Amino acid sequence: MRVEQIAVFLENKSGRLAEITSILADKSINIRALSVADTADFGILRLIVDKVGEAENVLRDNGFTVGKTNVIAVEVPDRTGGLATVLKSIEKQKLNVEYMYAFVNKTGENAVLIFRFDNMDRAIESLQKDGFTILKSEEVYSL
Amino acid sequence: MIWDHGKETMARGDIVRLQLERLRTTLGRVAIHVPFYRNRFKDLGFDPSTFESIDTLRELPFTTKQDLRDNYPYGMFAVPLREVVRIHSSSGTTGMATVVGYTRRDVEVWSNLVARILTSAGVGAEDVIQIAFGYGLFTGGFGLHYGAEKLGASVIPISAGNTRRQIQIMQDFKTTALVCTPSYALKMADVMMDVGVNPSGLSLKYGLFGAEPWSEKMREEISDRLGIIATDNYGLSEVMGPGVAGECQECNGLHVNEDHFLFEILNPDTLEPVKPGDVGELVITTLTKEAFPVIRYRTRDLTRQILEPCPCGRTFARIQRIMGRSDDMLIIKGVNVFPTQIESVLFDIEGTQPHYNLIVERENNEDKVTVLVEVVESIFFDQMKKQRTMVDTIKKRLASELGVGVNVKLVEERSLERYNGKSSRVIDKREL
Repeated sequence: MRVEQIAVFLENKSGRLAEITSILADKSINIRALSVADTADFGILRLIVDKVGEAENVLRDNGFTVGKTNVIAVEVPDRTGGLATVLKSIEKQKLNVEYMYAFVNKTGENAVLIFRFDNMDRAIESLQKDGFTILKSEEVYSL
Repeated sequence: MIWDHGKETMARGDIVRLQLERLRTTLGRVAIHVPFYRNRFKDLGFDPSTFESIDTLRELPFTTKQDLRDNYPYGMFAVPLREVVRIHSSSGTTGMATVVGYTRRDVEVWSNLVARILTSAGVGAEDVIQIAFGYGLFTGGFGLHYGAEKLGASVIPISAGNTRRQIQIMQDFKTTALVCTPSYALKMADVMMDVGVNPSGLSLKYGLFGAEPWSEKMREEISDRLGIIATDNYGLSEVMGPGVAGECQECNGLHVNEDHFLFEILNPDTLEPVKPGDVGELVITTLTKEAFPVIRYRTRDLTRQILEPCPCGRTFARIQRIMGRSDDMLIIKGVNVFPTQIESVLFDIEGTQPHYNLIVERENNEDKVTVLVEVVESIFFDQMKKQRTMVDTIKKRLASELGVGVNVKLVEERSLERYNGKSSRVIDKREL
């Protein structure tokens, strides 16, 4: 139920993101989803890739500071209000969202929402109780 | 004007005789009262009663800041605490601080020596002197205060900070002499401009500056902008505080109060005396201190002796304005900062040998410090909130350890150059 996500520390310098993506490309690692959170000084890049361990190693070898965390991927139909229903459920359950980002899968039928909660176990349980589809990690990596 | 004409214009031969006599007494006293020196002298087989020539002093070991720390708090005192009337401490926090004490007579001597320096800078009994040094454990505030009172000047003990109020009081109280750090004097000039106060309308005539490195260029700027005679003065708490040396109105080097302090200028690497007039590290032995005498204290300050006689008539030797440090200590906003302090805080937080750079700049006449810290996994988070909290934590811990606020910027791993020496972690961009 949990998906491994890689976080990379980035200084706000031009070309760093391009560098990371080409390092991954060289190793034929596919990026499934990506988000950047930034401040004036630095940024945190979050990545979901098909080969987590390999990506982690190659980035570290290239001098990046890498962290690995678990996130949850929730699949919702890609239509108006899809996200709203999930957020409503989260609010009702008083779950704390640390951050989230989203992408649409290849077929374009479903959207995948990536969530990081402060309490992951409770989040999985509540979302499932409300009938949401939580993707297994293999499903996400191979999307 | 010369405050103590009899002493300050002594013939060289008389100075040396007086120094030898006082030095012998001091060595005898520390051998009896300070276990640190007693043990050292015993190990060397040195007997102070046989001390006959000042040159022999060179056979004695140095006293270092570390020695003072090792004897924290009172181990170096040569009198029982009941005879101590004042305690001061050097800047730096608990781990780095040193404690110094003064007997009633020490305070009396200190006041007189500061009165000498004030007099040589032009200040007299008719002056109104605004002391904008911090009052507290720092020797600057109280040192100048007691000297100015001894002189009979009217003292405004305003202490440091609150620049607008300083300027208001300077106007209203008709201050004629200002005591502060040179950078603060420039800051005052800036604020005067901001609030529309014309310095030429003030009563200010003299400025005595010290407690941080500065330059001839800064002196010119201060003199021009404030319309005053700006002089430099030097001291350090381990030796006494302000009053060790000070400039006369020739504004060309600081007269050392040689009847109370014996100074040597040594090559910091070989620890041998430099050729007369060459730059070296200042080493000071106190000649009259009762509570806290030091023998061959390594100040780590670099200077050179000015060999020409001074037209002011004083015969005490002159040293040039302090030109730098022989270690990696930085003086930031008047506070002593060692890169090792930063290292230990970062090590504590990261749990591993930190890589960092320290950048010191001067913006609008104020020192600004930025610590660049290479991110490692132990301080890296995928959550922005936690990451920012970590930056704040580092900032707070550094500020509390150093006693001065710093900016912290995280940088990528391996982005800072790797050095062998610690001093090269410091990038001092201040142009004084």
